[in-house]
Amino acid sequence: MSNHNKVQLSQQQLLAQANGSIKTGVGKNVKHDSAGIQVTGEAVYVDDRLEYPNQLHVYVRMSDVAHANIIKIDLTPCYEFDGVELAIQAKDVPGELDIGAILPGDPLLADGKVEYLGQAVIAVAASSMEIARQAAQAAIIEYEELPAILCVEEALAKKSFVTESHQQKRGNSAAALSAAKHILEGSIHIGGQEHFYLETQAASVMPTEDGGMIVYASTQNPTEVQKLVAEVIGVPMHKVVIDMRRMGGGFGGKETQAAGPACLCAVFAKLTGRPTKIRLPRVEDMMMTGKRHPFFNQYKVGFNDDGQINGIDIIVASNCGYSPDLSSSITDRAMFHSDNAYYLGDATITGHRCKTNTASNTAFRGFGGPQGMMTIEHIMDEIAGKLGKDPLDVRKVNFYGIEDRNVTHYYQKVEDNFIHDLVADLEVSSEYAQRRKSIDEYNKTSPILKKGISLTPVKFGISFTATFLNQAGALLHVYTDGSMQLSHGGTEMGQGLNTKVAQIVAQEFQVDIENIQITSANTGKVPNTSPTAASSGTDLNGKAAQNAARTIKQRLIDFCVAHFSVTDEEVTFSNNTVTIREQIMTFSDLIQLAYFNQISLSSTGFYKTPKIYYDHATAKGRPFYYFAYGASCSEVLIDTLTGEYKTLRVDILHDVGASLNPDIDIGQIEGGFIQGMGWLTTEELVWNDKGKLATNGPMGYKIPAIADTPIDFRTHLVENRSNPEQTVYNSKAVGEPPFMLSMSVWSALRDAAASVADHQYMPHLDTPATPERVLWAVQDAEDYLYAHNQADKVKDALVSESKVTTVTA
Amino acid sequence: MIKFLLNQKMCQVSDLSPNTTVLNFLRQQEAKKGTKEGCASGDCGACTVVLGDVVDGRIRYTSVNACITFISALHGKQLITVEDLKSKDGTLHQVQQALVDYNGTQCGYCTPGFVMSMFALSKNTPSADKQAIFEALAGNLCRCTGYRSIIDSAMALVEQDHIVDAFERLETETVAKLNTIERSGTQILSGNGQTAYSPDNVADLAALLVKHPDARIVAGGTDLALEVTQFHRPINTLIAVGNVAEMKNITVTDRHIEIGAATSLTDSYSTLAQYFPDFGELLHRFASLQVRNQGTIGGNIGNASPIGDTPPALMALNAQVELRCGDAVRVMDLDDYFVGYKVTAQQAAEFITKIIIPLPTAEQIFRTYKLSKRLDDDISAVLGAFNITLKDNVVTDIRIAFGGMSATPMRAQHAEKILLGATWEYHNVAAAMQALAKDFSPLSDFRASKEYRSLTAKNLLKKFYLELQNTTIETRVTSYV
Repeated sequence: MSNHNKVQLSQQQLLAQANGSIKTGVGKNVKHDSAGIQVTGEAVYVDDRLEYPNQLHVYVRMSDVAHANIIKIDLTPCYEFDGVELAIQAKDVPGELDIGAILPGDPLLADGKVEYLGQAVIAVAASSMEIARQAAQAAIIEYEELPAILCVEEALAKKSFVTESHQQKRGNSAAALSAAKHILEGSIHIGGQEHFYLETQAASVMPTEDGGMIVYASTQNPTEVQKLVAEVIGVPMHKVVIDMRRMGGGFGGKETQAAGPACLCAVFAKLTGRPTKIRLPRVEDMMMTGKRHPFFNQYKVGFNDDGQINGIDIIVASNCGYSPDLSSSITDRAMFHSDNAYYLGDATITGHRCKTNTASNTAFRGFGGPQGMMTIEHIMDEIAGKLGKDPLDVRKVNFYGIEDRNVTHYYQKVEDNFIHDLVADLEVSSEYAQRRKSIDEYNKTSPILKKGISLTPVKFGISFTATFLNQAGALLHVYTDGSMQLSHGGTEMGQGLNTKVAQIVAQEFQVDIENIQITSANTGKVPNTSPTAASSGTDLNGKAAQNAARTIKQRLIDFCVAHFSVTDEEVTFSNNTVTIREQIMTFSDLIQLAYFNQISLSSTGFYKTPKIYYDHATAKGRPFYYFAYGASCSEVLIDTLTGEYKTLRVDILHDVGASLNPDIDIGQIEGGFIQGMGWLTTEELVWNDKGKLATNGPMGYKIPAIADTPIDFRTHLVENRSNPEQTVYNSKAVGEPPFMLSMSVWSALRDAAASVADHQYMPHLDTPATPERVLWAVQDAEDYLYAHNQADKVKDALVSESKVTTVTA
Repeated sequence: MIKFLLNQKMCQVSDLSPNTTVLNFLRQQEAKKGTKEGCASGDCGACTVVLGDVVDGRIRYTSVNACITFISALHGKQLITVEDLKSKDGTLHQVQQALVDYNGTQCGYCTPGFVMSMFALSKNTPSADKQAIFEALAGNLCRCTGYRSIIDSAMALVEQDHIVDAFERLETETVAKLNTIERSGTQILSGNGQTAYSPDNVADLAALLVKHPDARIVAGGTDLALEVTQFHRPINTLIAVGNVAEMKNITVTDRHIEIGAATSLTDSYSTLAQYFPDFGELLHRFASLQVRNQGTIGGNIGNASPIGDTPPALMALNAQVELRCGDAVRVMDLDDYFVGYKVTAQQAAEFITKIIIPLPTAEQIFRTYKLSKRLDDDISAVLGAFNITLKDNVVTDIRIAFGGMSATPMRAQHAEKILLGATWEYHNVAAAMQALAKDFSPLSDFRASKEYRSLTAKNLLKKFYLELQNTTIETRVTSYV
């Protein structure tokens, strides 16, 4: 137990080292821990794992009707294919059939009825995926079709809900509205969004000798997969281990909905005793799994001559699909964020969770927040249009106050509010005023192409609103050579969580990150984890890891105090060394010494978020530990003949508190922004009249491509502004908030369309603002001009004035 | 038998279904798991690999989507995957290092595809500008980064001095190895009851088709492969045209441009862009570089999709196709070629050998506009192509064709009739715009509504008019890069 060949450094050399500092602690731009193996193709995803020789491949056959009773399932034709091991239906599931995350409603395989087109009905395990697919398609399934509800308005009208509606109320909005100088009423449709993680849902399962399972799953929620796998095969949770090294993207789509594929694999493994694997083909993934909730939101708002809101009623209605999944919390978050950064006066916010015969919509970055915020941003533009004001002025006059007007409609005080300063800074750095002017000039002389600009804020509440989820664990082992293995409850999906958590531990011990190996998230190492969601990954797991590190560090200090007869203060850790009064030793030498003196070098760590609570009955509380702020200014160019557009310039100023890793944070901000821009622009989900998703692959569903990145893209972090709450190194969460910075792109498109009517009218623009919807917004503005007889169409006027000239090629 | 270099290792494949894609070959036969499947439809680029091909004694590198490339396309080529770039001593390739340095990876699943597209870019266009970078990477989707870091990686890469890597050092050796592969004669790959023939001349191709009239012709396979990967319909007999040199020529005579039907869209670009700049712009937005490297003009015509990008442009340009069946050759106006939804005037065992486009006259003006939800790598909702000849401001010739407006690519005959012989003035153009309603009754689908298609078809004619009237106003968002 000694490090034989180590070069012993002199005290002088050690002093020089101790006076330096580590390069990979918090606040440093440490590279993503997997970057080096991602670029070589060596990084292993579930589908890349070595296959077992007797492994079975699982294929799921989906319902091809939206709502029906199943009147016959005949699986005998499946066995006509060589290589088929087993075909199953609902009744073959040995344990619990329902895998609903919080509430029941999600049968692993359809049980007597199907409730959406794409629902898993039967599954086949065979020697290859292709054989399993052919066999599954050969099964005979007969349906008796039932009427289907396919859109949110119909569900709303029929009061078809998955769970009870919720209301948040402050003051008397009806009275405020009747007293208001101006009133506007309206609605907006907000489209859903496919996650389009590049790696589709995948799991690989190995049965164990004691009746359990080792499950490799691409999931944000290992503990839930563990619980559900245990339930569907009918064993206690201790029989099941989930291991999750990395996902090829998650974005919320693997929070609850990774469980189905993993559970199916486990059922086959249980029934056959063989290892099993599933990977959903892209089309099946898109049809089977839920998406961001489409919303239909209605409002009535009262405001004064400045555009300041006195009272408001907002009804948000989410399209939850066929089952509850996480829809209640998602709709609640839409309600919590119906204010964005604005004080709403007397407000009544109502949230309905509408049930339709579509896939069960689920978590997606922002978790309902974006759909709530879009409504109030739509309203800001509407008020500006009505009053003939610059929309930014209306936004600013409605910001939460510092001393007053600082309590939300759910009675949380908005503390440390610096949206005013942040927006003021961005207004200057983005040259909003000058550009507004030059855009007006451009639009006067450009009859076909028009520019638009908008600056929108973001205030986003951080914490799971299901308060109990705000907990995390970690496990840290220090080995006798001083190297460490770190496990935590969070999952790595590209966001750099493992890197940040390792930086935190590196900072605690003042050792460089090369000494720290982060393992896969494994339920055998860290139990009872919360999903890596709600932007909480680093806040929770970073703190848990910090606590584990501090426990071990305190043991080391205590050991030094006893062993060297020094005081606590005389033991200092710096740059991979430990100084004990005068004596300096390397960190690894101290560890070895501690080991020989029988000091425990392994510890768990635990953390729960303080201060937060929310009472659903009274709709009051402090659901969020703190808020993250940001703002963006976008300039776009539209073609008024076709609705095509281009994002010319985007300036972002975003608050991450004291950044743990600025490069990684900027990556999250830019990535979130572009993903949000896709949601609001080209990403359109279209179902046919039978409820079949028509845009079920990247051929029809268009996420942003490289040239959609703004031509001029400037992202900055708010500097020198630590989180006043005691978060890990006073950082702030960064996963979700930047997603909503993209609202300025949508608003700028609307602004460009409004320029057609010289900003006297705010044309309607539902989302996603596809070129088609932008063209209809242009038409809307042109119709206003016609209706008001103010001018001929600007373009036609210009055309008729043009003198005809012969043009040569 | 198919023979190719798997990086530096000579591979021989026989007894394998010719419906096998390069992606499945890599992942299932070779257990090379670095190349990822993101969609199996050629739309995301996660599976991008690079093919090396001997051209004039050097290796020419092209990026392709492994998921929609049949294994038979590898014959005589070098297949390079993400695993091949790192040096034996562990040093990352410059492309890989750039992505690490500029934080171009997050979840990493798209990364191998980006690496390979950037590798091909660094080989083909060492000092690429931003536009060339976009072009090289438009077929690679990333859901995490927002691309800025990837753009910066690529910019840093192209700013480097000449990159010397193992591929360059081994180039002579690689060429020698590839040259040992027999290319003449008809290559045959059979397995799982399916057969692919790859003849090396047009006469043999014609004879094979007569012998196997139900065979499917495969050129790039970028559309045909979807029948296997997406619709799960095996193709029992394939006849590949990729090795028929006569069908890969571009000839410019004093009257025509003649493009062999098996010429890739990438290889057709420079000639078409030279004579018809707007055609060049259209090709920039035609699918992705990976698809253009494989896909051919002949294939784009032959699959007779109503939303193919080149047919309306070619119809407006009065193009013809040369068809061959056995020894019989005939030339047909493209106008007459499309007879119904995905139905052509082609007879059994007949195939397109070349596309013939009249050279432009001095008075002729050609413009084409593609409308899609996303600017890059998207299928057109509407594509309008306009070809006009004006003399003294009178329309002496006009050809207008649209895609996405009917069951086939189609001429706008009513609109043309109004304009032919008329003065080129807005009131006539406006009348022609109205007449488009008689020409087309488009359908609604997930790409666009019929109302949008009808309105934009009119507006594109208007745009064409405006562009000719006033060359100072800006009319295209795509001109901003």
